Amino acid sequence: MSIFRKIITAVRGGAREAGESIVDANATRIFEQEIRDSEKHITIAKRDLTEVMAKQMQAARELTQLQVSTKEHEGYAMQALNQGNEALAIEIAEKIAELEANAADQQQANESYLKSASRLKELIKKSERQLTDYKRQLSMVKTTESVQKATSAITDNFTASNSKLLNAKDSLERIKQKQAMFDDKLKAAEQLDAENSDSSLQAKLQQAGIGAQPTSAQSILDRLKSK
Amino acid sequence: MNIHKIATHLNQLDDNTETGFSFDCTPINGDIDVLQVEIVGREEIPIFISISDNQILCIAYLWGEDEVKAELKTNMMDAMLEMNIPMPLSAFAKIEDKYVVFGALSVNSSLDDIELEIVTLSDNSLEVISEMDSYLN
Repeated sequence: MSIFRKIITAVRGGAREAGESIVDANATRIFEQEIRDSEKHITIAKRDLTEVMAKQMQAARELTQLQVSTKEHEGYAMQALNQGNEALAIEIAEKIAELEANAADQQQANESYLKSASRLKELIKKSERQLTDYKRQLSMVKTTESVQKATSAITDNFTASNSKLLNAKDSLERIKQKQAMFDDKLKAAEQLDAENSDSSLQAKLQQAGIGAQPTSAQSILDRLKSK
Repeated sequence: MNIHKIATHLNQLDDNTETGFSFDCTPINGDIDVLQVEIVGREEIPIFISISDNQILCIAYLWGEDEVKAELKTNMMDAMLEMNIPMPLSAFAKIEDKYVVFGALSVNSSLDDIELEIVTLSDNSLEVISEMDSYLN
């Protein structure tokens, strides 16, 4: 069963005993073991691959040498035949037969090393994919456990502090009210600021004798005298 | 990264925050350490932070199953799925019988990234409750 399904089934199952883990406690250990095993397999496969590739290169090199040597001896055999030295030619032909047999062996070895190498490469790729998958699944198990533990810590804390999570709409309403109150305060402060700066401008204007001046007793007296 | 480092960072921000919010952090002890982060002015919807092997999880609880108008549940879920991608940095989830929004960050995230995540999550949760208003009791 996939870990996704396991988690969903466990969560849907509900009615768990207090403190019981959503995911089988063994799941984590099993995944960790699988991951260690996969890593070990990959290490061994990589070492084998290096060895096989080295052997394959060696076989290929020897094959080339044998082929070169065969060509050489074919030349020698032709020369011996041209000289009419049949006995030497036969001796050389025997050598060529030996070289060709060796070459065939090396060819076979080379092919089988190539096959092993490509099989090992496939295996490593597959194991690496598997490893990534195990790690992903382990992370899911661990996160599920961690969320569950966090949730129970949060729930316990709420119970302990005797408070509870408010209804969502009420919470939003209260936050909005606080925000409105804050905004009102800000507006009031701005208004007050504006009024203050307004009255200070008035004072400056009066001092400079600009705009409407307050009527003083002296000015009234002056006006009466002038009548 | 651990929750105490995050708490220390958020508490010392005062007026020097990039996001313009003040934070109040309380660690909750349990099998796994959880940090309760309250944004000043939004105490009703705290953000809970926990850290596992490879990620930092930030969760805000939205509403319980019992708050959903039963006959509109499918419509609500449709709306949530449609909103899931456009909603920045957060995604919907359900923990036991509670609907949540959450964000997951790499454990290598910077403290500024974490602060941004918390504030975005808080903004998103208010927005979501406001949007989903008609599906809730």
